[in-house]
Amino acid sequence: MMACVARLRNLAGVLALLALALASHAAAQQPGPVDPNASAVSEQQLLQKLHTIRGLGSIPDTKSYTLEQLAGPAWRHYHEVTLRWIGAVVILGVLALLVFFYLTRGVMRIEAGRSGRKILRFGPYERFVHWMLAFCFVILALSGLNITFGRPLLLPLMSPEAFSTLSEWAKYAHNFLSFPFTLGVILMFFMWVAENIPNRVDIEWLKRGGGMIGHDHPPAYRFNGGQKILFWIVFFGGSLVAISGYMLIFPFYGTDIHTMQLAEVGHSIIAILFIGTMLLHIYIGSIGMEGAFESMVDGTVDLNWAKEHHSLWVEEESARARARADTSPSRPTAVPGE
Amino acid sequence: MARMKFLCDADRCIECNACVTACKNENEVPWGINRRRVVTLDDGKPGERSVSMACMHCTDAPCQAVCPVNAFYTTADAVVLHSKDICIGCGYCFYACPFGAPQYPRVGNFGTRGKMDKCTFCAGGPEPDGSAVQYEKYGANRLAEGKLPLCAEMCSTKSLLAGDGDIIAQIYKERVVKRGYGSGAWGWKTAYRETITS
Repeated sequence: MMACVARLRNLAGVLALLALALASHAAAQQPGPVDPNASAVSEQQLLQKLHTIRGLGSIPDTKSYTLEQLAGPAWRHYHEVTLRWIGAVVILGVLALLVFFYLTRGVMRIEAGRSGRKILRFGPYERFVHWMLAFCFVILALSGLNITFGRPLLLPLMSPEAFSTLSEWAKYAHNFLSFPFTLGVILMFFMWVAENIPNRVDIEWLKRGGGMIGHDHPPAYRFNGGQKILFWIVFFGGSLVAISGYMLIFPFYGTDIHTMQLAEVGHSIIAILFIGTMLLHIYIGSIGMEGAFESMVDGTVDLNWAKEHHSLWVEEESARARARADTSPSRPTAVPGE
Repeated sequence: MARMKFLCDADRCIECNACVTACKNENEVPWGINRRRVVTLDDGKPGERSVSMACMHCTDAPCQAVCPVNAFYTTADAVVLHSKDICIGCGYCFYACPFGAPQYPRVGNFGTRGKMDKCTFCAGGPEPDGSAVQYEKYGANRLAEGKLPLCAEMCSTKSLLAGDGDIIAQIYKERVVKRGYGSGAWGWKTAYRETITS
C-alpha cells in the first residue's frame, strides 16, 4: 500500500516537472509563432532604397500619400547654403569686375567725337519690347533676390510685418510680371532672331575681344558678336527661367514635389547667371559706353558711334538709303529755273 | 519644459482615420486641408502597415530654416508654430518639409497659394492663448488648457501618442518589450535625429 502511494507520488512529481518544462518552453517562445513584423517593411530600409516613402491614403489629396521625402532636407541645404554662395559670388564678382573695368578703362568714348548727325538704330516697336522686357526683368530680379537674400539682408532693417508686406507684394509682382516677361522674350526672339544668327564676322569680332576687352573696333553688322551672345542668353535663359517658374506658380499641375524642388534649383541658378549677365549689359549700355544709351531712348545713335561700333551695319544702311533714293518715284528733282 | 513629440506605433494603427477627423473638427481646419493623414504602406499585402502622419515638430525644423520671411518660431515646448500674418504663401516650407505637413488653401486663380496651414500640436499661434482670433487662424489651443493634441487623445488603439518625448518613448519601449516586436517610431530619425532603442 505504502509502495503504491509512493509510486503515485513519484508519477505526480514527474508530471509536474513535465508540465513546468512545457510551460517554460512556451514562455521562451513568446510572442508566439507569428511575428507581425517578419514581412513588414522598415522605415530605414525604405528610406535607404527610395529616399521617399509612399503609400495609399483615404483622402482625395493624393500628394498626401507621400509619408516621408528625404529630398526636402537636401533641398534645404541647397537653398540655405549652396544658392547663397552662388548668388553672392556671381553678383559680387560681376560688380567687382565692372568697378575694375570702370576704374581701368573708364567710359568708352566716341573716338572721332560726335558728328552731330543721327542715324536710327532701334524703332519704336523694338524699344517698346526692350523696355517691357527690361522693366519686368528688374522687378523679377529684385523680388527673386528678396526671397533668397531678403531674410538675412533686409529683415534686420525693418519690422517683421513690414518685411512680410513687402515680400508678399514682391511675390505678387514676381508671379504676375512673369507673363509680360515671357511675352517680351517671345517678341524679342521673332524681332531680332534673323539678325542674330552667328557668322564669320562675329568670330573675328570675338577673336579681337570686341570693343570692350580689345582696343580697336572690329567690324560688325547691326549686332556684334557680344550682342548676339547676349541675345541667345536672353532667349535660352529667359525661356528656361519662364518654364521652371511656371512649374512653381502652378503647383502640382503635372508636377510632384521632386519636380518642383528641381524646378526651383534650376530657376534660381539660371536666374542668378541671368542677373550677372544683365549687370554687364546694363553697364555697357549706360555708363560704360558713350552714345549707347540713347539708342534705346529716342532710338538714334550718332553716326560716328555707329561707324566705330557697327561699321558694316552703317554701310548696309547707307547702301539701302542710296537705293531708296535712286528708285523713289516721288523724289524731288531739281527743276531748271525758267 | 517638456520636449513635445508625436509617436505613431504602426503596429497598432488600424487606419480608422479618427485622428484625421478629430483634428479637422477640433481645429476647424480649412476646406481641402488635412493637417493629419493616415498613409498605408503595402496595402493588402503581408506586412501592411499604416502610419498616422502630421507635422512632427522637428528639431532644427527645415520649414523654419528656409522660410524667406521668418514666419516660424519654436515654443519652449519645442512645438514648431508659424504666424499667418507673416506668411506670404511662397510654398518653400512645403519643398523643405520631409513629411509634407505644410499646405496652402487656394485663394485665387491658378495655383495661388494662401497662408500656409499645418498641425500646431493643438497649440494655436502667436495671438493671445485662447483668443477668438487665435482659434479662427490656427484652431484649438489645447496645450494652453493643459490638454494634449486631440488626435492622439482619442486614438482608439492608442497607436498615436503625443506628449513629452521621453515619456511616450518609454511607453513605446515597454510595449515593444512586452509584445516582443516593434517597427520603430516612424519619422523620428528624420525629425529628431534619434530613434527609440529598446
